[in-house]
Amino acid sequence: MSRVLTQAPTPRVPPPVAPPPLGPVGMARWAWRQLTSMRVALLLLFLLALAAIPGSVVPQRDSDPLAVGELAASNPELARWYERLGLFDVYSAPWFAAIYLALFVSLVGCIVPRSRQHWRAVRARPPAAPRALERLPAHRRSTLDAPPSEVLAAAHAVLRRRRYRVVRDGADGPDGAGGAASLAAEKGHLRESGNLVFHLALVGVLAAVAVGSLFGYRAQVLVVQGGGFANTVIQYDSLRTGALFDPADLPPFTLRLQRFTMDFADSGAQVGTPLDYDAYVRWQPSPDAPTQQQHIRVNEPLSTAGTLVHLLNPGYAPRLTVRDADGDVLFSGAVPFLPQDANFTSTGVLKVPVAAQPGRADAGADIGTETGADIGIEGLFLPTAVLDAAGPRSVFPEPRDPALFLTAWTGDLGLDDGIPQSVYRLDTSRMTQLRADGDLFRAALGVGESAQLPGGHGSVTFDGYTRWANFQVSRNAGKEVALVSVLCAIAGLTASLFVRRRRCWVRVAAAPGGRSVVEVAGLDRDAGGDLGTEVEQIETQVRAALQGSRPRPEGAP
Amino acid sequence: MSQALSAQLAALSNNLVYAAMAAYTVALLALAAQLAATRTVPGEAPRPVREPVSVSVGSSRRDGGSSPKVLDPAPALPAASSRAERLARIGRSVLVLATLLLAGGVVARGLAAGRTPWGNMYEFSITGALVAALAYLLLRRRYPLDAVGVWLVAVVLLTLGLAVTVLYVPVGPLLPALRSYWLVIHVFAAIVSAGVFTVAMVLSALQIVAERAERTGRPLRGYLATLPAAGRLDALAYRVTAFGFPVWSFAVVAGAIWAEVSWGRYWGWDPKEVWALVTWLVYAAYLHARTTAGWRGRRASVVALVGYATLLFNFFGVNLFFAGLHAYGGV
Ligand code: HEM
Repeated sequence: MSRVLTQAPTPRVPPPVAPPPLGPVGMARWAWRQLTSMRVALLLLFLLALAAIPGSVVPQRDSDPLAVGELAASNPELARWYERLGLFDVYSAPWFAAIYLALFVSLVGCIVPRSRQHWRAVRARPPAAPRALERLPAHRRSTLDAPPSEVLAAAHAVLRRRRYRVVRDGADGPDGAGGAASLAAEKGHLRESGNLVFHLALVGVLAAVAVGSLFGYRAQVLVVQGGGFANTVIQYDSLRTGALFDPADLPPFTLRLQRFTMDFADSGAQVGTPLDYDAYVRWQPSPDAPTQQQHIRVNEPLSTAGTLVHLLNPGYAPRLTVRDADGDVLFSGAVPFLPQDANFTSTGVLKVPVAAQPGRADAGADIGTETGADIGIEGLFLPTAVLDAAGPRSVFPEPRDPALFLTAWTGDLGLDDGIPQSVYRLDTSRMTQLRADGDLFRAALGVGESAQLPGGHGSVTFDGYTRWANFQVSRNAGKEVALVSVLCAIAGLTASLFVRRRRCWVRVAAAPGGRSVVEVAGLDRDAGGDLGTEVEQIETQVRAALQGSRPRPEGAP
Repeated sequence: MSQALSAQLAALSNNLVYAAMAAYTVALLALAAQLAATRTVPGEAPRPVREPVSVSVGSSRRDGGSSPKVLDPAPALPAASSRAERLARIGRSVLVLATLLLAGGVVARGLAAGRTPWGNMYEFSITGALVAALAYLLLRRRYPLDAVGVWLVAVVLLTLGLAVTVLYVPVGPLLPALRSYWLVIHVFAAIVSAGVFTVAMVLSALQIVAERAERTGRPLRGYLATLPAAGRLDALAYRVTAFGFPVWSFAVVAGAIWAEVSWGRYWGWDPKEVWALVTWLVYAAYLHARTTAGWRGRRASVVALVGYATLLFNFFGVNLFFAGLHAYGGV
């Protein structure tokens, strides 16, 4: 086999960059040709890869707003620059969009003409046999004991069976009658079809993502065990929506967290790693639907009307009771604390505004006494507490020895300013920390214990604790389209990488004595084929087919 | 399973991995010695310079590496060749043995944990090394590639070395977030494609070496003379990458489906997702560059190496340095 002739696919060399012709039309045409050239497509692919990277390094507002805030606080100058360059929102930044939109325009500009071309190629007849078949990369010639017409018929059947498209090649003159007759066969159009499907499907993915970002939403809501929520915008702790999101589309379900359990490895090498989180909920798809029950776990969301409810991070909520100096209850309930480490060392705050202090608010305003002030409590909840040189912390995530450490503030919580506040942080700018005996006031409480707040501010009781879970409510609009597109893309890709485009010719000429000389030749249109074997097998199968139909006596020549 | 049995299996797994490392070391030495024996034959004619043509690989070449093949290095003289042949046989057999040991180590680890052994970086690494070794062994059935195998074994050894020293964690349960059959699908696809890309990476790197040597126009000597021609390395690297790419695409898609099940969104620009996309784009660029823009040889190889670098970064860099939802490294 002559290797020189092995046809590598002709590289589609990009046209040389000619200077743009004058005039707006010429200019536009030139720009279009540039944009849809393979070289520019390659450049855009690299550029997109490069442009995606900063978003993995710089914290993104969309996924980690806390880190963005921290960076802005610690390095305002850098944050200003990041802000200016859109680096906090890389994936919705105009320059990022510009790159992928250019890529997709280029892609479409590439698909359309290729589809047209492919359509024609699929319908075209396989090209006629070259005159000198022996000059093709794979070629065999042999003499068979059958007349040309039979050989031709057998070869036709064999090629069909091998999934070639076969035509009689008219160029050789009359069928078998002394002259030669040929078959031209071709297969592997699926390669280009697959390729087009792949590229088209990428457009589908983009469309689906666009739909998702326009109509989708994602909300979070923290639910303490025993509590619940109704699926309305006002009940969410946070909500992010697409531009065309309509709150009226929210499915009107309600959900109650009956029981939330957490299970941790209590022995072995990885003691303390979570084994299972299980939220047992009762819920109603709509107010008048029957109540259903379900377990929501980490990989098992609740699904209703295209909306998913996921279990996110859990935590503990100590139950506190705050009383004033007279023993009247100012607050009593569970306060969600945020875990700070894997052992659920958790921090939280309780804000008791003066307005919540019956009989005090008015009195405080009138007299201006200290007791008329807001109270803020900062706490540290430790499910399994130790207190040593490293400070108070938890050493196991389950409540084996729960303790609550707290400090307290008094003054103005700033709740009336109308500025939204975090419920997990005290704004202490207008508060003073309570002191006792000349030192800062601190209390360490076990379950059921109380501490007197100094200065006649009443008392705090640590009644116990419960758990909370964060739920995410989301709708990923367009995800079905995305999934179908992406599966089509992979199928098309596989076809475009592994289907071989191949041509094959069989020429049969009559030989003396009712025999035929048959030539089989092939041409691979992609690199890496096993063409020699293919041609050999075709020949062998033709021979076998003829023997099958015409048994020859033993020893016949 | 009882704790004691689990502990025994875990210890067995560790021992098998260590045994595999020892065997790979022997295989590496044998293969290297074989190459040295092939090339230090006194009076051997240096391999003629080959044209760096791009030709199709492997038309009807199914037999192993026993007779002179297009991919074979220049035939050595009989005396040395028999020694080289013996060394090669030793190297190949020990390589198979090492891979069996490693497979045993991975399986024992899974049994000890009572789950698929893909829960942390240690387990990803040993499984990835296993896949790379298997991919190489499969490839070697068709193409004589001992000169490539040396480097592949070196990479496998390096991976295992990192795994047992830096990345090692004792057998443990899966995080709740990982408890899903998508772990099996997504992570397995990712490991398989990473292993396959590792083989392709070695081929691409050697392609650059071979092409540079051929460019000089001087006859090739030493190790260079044992390498397959640059054009063949190029073609082979392409085929291996082309196999890995759809698998990688599938891994990314399966990851997206899992993300929607697990986190409620199929794509959220988590660092892991970003780098998976970057890898995908770079390898897509590689395939385009080779098939449509007519880039052959070194330029394409460099792109493939960049792709591999992004893959590695996703595995090591993102797991170790970036906070993200994929915080399952468990180092
Ligand atoms: C999102 C951007 C794109 C991606 C991810 C992508 C990916 C791919 C992949 C993976 C293949 C199969 C491998 C191959 O045979 O080369 C392919 C083939 C191809 N792509 Fe793209 N592509 C993109 C954009 C484009 C654009 C903009 C063009 C046209 C300018 C283009 C033209 C082609 C052509 C002509 C092939 C066929 C190669 C062949 O038949 O040998 N692609 N593409």
